[in-house]
Amino acid sequence: MSATNNPSASAYNYAYLDEQTKRMIRRAILKAVAIPGYQVPFGSREMPVPYGWGTGGIQLTAAIIGPDDVYKCIDQGADDTTNAVSIRRFFARVANVRTTEQTGEATIIQTRHRIPEARLSEGQIMVYQVPMPEPLRHLEARETETRAMHAYEEYGLHYLSLYESVSAYGRIAGGADYAVLVDERYLMSPSPIPKFDNPKLHQSEALHLFGAGREKRIYAVPPHTDVRSLDFEDYPFELQSWEEVCALCAATDSYQDEVILDDAGTRMFVCSDSAYCAERRAAGHAGPMAGHDLDHEPGHEAEGAAA
Amino acid sequence: MNDDNRPQIVVHALGKTFTLHNQGGMSVPVFSGVELEVLPGECVVLSGVSGVGKSTMLRSIYGNYVPSHGSVEVWHDHAYLDITTASPHVTLDVRRRTMGYVSQFLRVIPRISTLHLVMEPLLENGVDADDARARAENVLERLHLPRALWQLPPATFSGGEQQRVNIARVMVRDYPIVLLDEPTASLDADNRSVVVDLMKTALARGTAMVGIFHDEGVRGAVATRLFDVARFKAAA
Amino acid sequence: MNMQTKVRSETPLLQVQGLTKNYGLITGCRDVSFELRSGEILGIVGESGSGKTTLLRCISGGLEPSAGAVWFDTRRHGMVDVFSLSEQDRRRIQREEWGFVHQNPRDGLRMRVSGGANVAEPLMMTGARNYGAMRELTKQWFDRVELDTGRIDNKPRQFSGGMQQRLQIARNLIHNPSLIFMDEPTGGLDVSVQARLLDLMRELVRSLGLAAIIVTHDIAVARLLADRLLVMKDGRVVEHGLTDQVLDDPQHAYTQLLVSSVLQI
Repeated sequence: MSATNNPSASAYNYAYLDEQTKRMIRRAILKAVAIPGYQVPFGSREMPVPYGWGTGGIQLTAAIIGPDDVYKCIDQGADDTTNAVSIRRFFARVANVRTTEQTGEATIIQTRHRIPEARLSEGQIMVYQVPMPEPLRHLEARETETRAMHAYEEYGLHYLSLYESVSAYGRIAGGADYAVLVDERYLMSPSPIPKFDNPKLHQSEALHLFGAGREKRIYAVPPHTDVRSLDFEDYPFELQSWEEVCALCAATDSYQDEVILDDAGTRMFVCSDSAYCAERRAAGHAGPMAGHDLDHEPGHEAEGAAA
Repeated sequence: MNDDNRPQIVVHALGKTFTLHNQGGMSVPVFSGVELEVLPGECVVLSGVSGVGKSTMLRSIYGNYVPSHGSVEVWHDHAYLDITTASPHVTLDVRRRTMGYVSQFLRVIPRISTLHLVMEPLLENGVDADDARARAENVLERLHLPRALWQLPPATFSGGEQQRVNIARVMVRDYPIVLLDEPTASLDADNRSVVVDLMKTALARGTAMVGIFHDEGVRGAVATRLFDVARFKAAA
Repeated sequence: MNMQTKVRSETPLLQVQGLTKNYGLITGCRDVSFELRSGEILGIVGESGSGKTTLLRCISGGLEPSAGAVWFDTRRHGMVDVFSLSEQDRRRIQREEWGFVHQNPRDGLRMRVSGGANVAEPLMMTGARNYGAMRELTKQWFDRVELDTGRIDNKPRQFSGGMQQRLQIARNLIHNPSLIFMDEPTGGLDVSVQARLLDLMRELVRSLGLAAIIVTHDIAVARLLADRLLVMKDGRVVEHGLTDQVLDDPQHAYTQLLVSSVLQI
């Protein structure tokens, strides 16, 4: 039995945070769940990464994770980027949990800026890393004013920004961090997920927890909650779409990243959700550039054909 | 007594003394104990030398001046209403519907056209805009106000032209009571006779009038009786 | 334009009773009472320090009085004591049924969003969700306050002071309030601009059948716009009555002083 199986023998408490801190965060979570979309202040701690690197999400996970959980961590949809890997390894060590890349297997999914394509189910918890929890901050700098707006349900300022967008661009521009109304009451920032992912919050089976470490706020969308992306009747909310399918797995329904392949500007579009793409490929789906190995330098031939 | 015969104005024990607080509280008595009744179809002409209080009395009846004592009752909405104690919104209602006032000087409002000024009293009483315009044009024509002036605001008009706008504003409508303060002072003979005609038509309709007329000819043409304000001169 | 004076209701739209506001030992305003009906314009005149601004802030729900009450005939709930309402309900009345034109347009406009957005905001705050319809109504209001609709997307700082004030007026009328408060609406503007603006205000208030309360230290503005006047000095109302009566036959010493001080051109 390794030292990490026995919390009292290791240098850190289970899941890094002390029990009192976890308790404080859990209380904040309970309040957040009780008031969907409402930003609850909490005592954000100094974490092993600086503010701005996901400390809000990390603290949420640390407060709720237990040895029976299965943990997944993604950054912009991918399990294998540097920060996702770091955080996953962190929790593997301090919480002694099984980790996974398969969305369906995970009980806690921590994310930066994306919601997985696979439909979430009851019992799963999404933990979001949030840079700026206040959806009105870019229009109103004063905290006193934004608090009053939420308290009095005075969200005209947000509609003003939609109006300005339409008058300037002919449409509601803005691809990510598209503000939503939760349970027809609180205006919420869904974090910088692409607006493509907004519908996944609506009447979801899963629990969604949002943590902003630097700004010291926690908020939540409980399961089966109405979440509505705000728009105008004559300029309705629209999802992003692509003409291309995923070059690797031929998916037509996923959020796609654009990858530049060479100095001539050759590009390919691939699923941003790496696990989703891999599962589709394993199931036999193949896109027009199937077999292309993204890890190789541009210009090299891909080795082997798709299975 | 039916509506056709009851006095439209009943002035009782009316007195006015000005107190000039900023001149050491100096007191300027004008008149006291005035009694007057004006019947429909009557034109009571206030007479007396300059300074005796004719204009003061007229303004007191209109509610423009505050009497020191006494009452001014006008017949409005089938009841007598004391102007001196009425709430402001009621007095405004009386002025809008029952009592018209042709003042000596036209208070000029920038940018409102003459035609619109004359239409206002009708519009305020719910008259249709086209109808109001027709009636306004009609009375302006009768008063020989040149058509070219109708779209202009009266700020730059001559005294006589402004006077006629004043008259038009009141005569365009059938007020049961009309007060007139020197309405013909700046008018030539032709226009004076037009005003006399307008007044006579109104009187024949049953309008009760109280007026101050400098011109003997006009006085002679319209006055039912003279009322000498000097009789009520207040003791200093 | 329909100039018919809107039907007078029997009950007042606004009733102020014994309104008093103290700042510690200093009296802001004391024991002020009056009524206001639809279609009436009330002027509150007085020098700086007379309490008129304090009074305006209290009756417009922005400042809680030390004593007294402000009753307003709301569309939803009838006559209510404005300060007995929750902050949320009071703000809703301010938003839906009232307008407030500030002396300085910068206090009454959002300087960083377009003029059109400023004018449309009250619509969005009262539930409007159709961009095209809002924009159309905004253009109509630009016309009504004589602003060039081609400038609908300009920011307020691209407009002159007088035009900013027109923006503010449009913004405060577009949602069809029943009562509008104005605090020195033409202060700081040059005379010709002031004249045109006063004209506009007079026309709009009358044609819309609004009730309005206008605070001003300028007697000429009061004469032009107001049906009735309250004259304030040292926190108290020293005289009140019809505008023409208060200005032509002032009874109180202070009013007489005020009127005699006005320059006649």
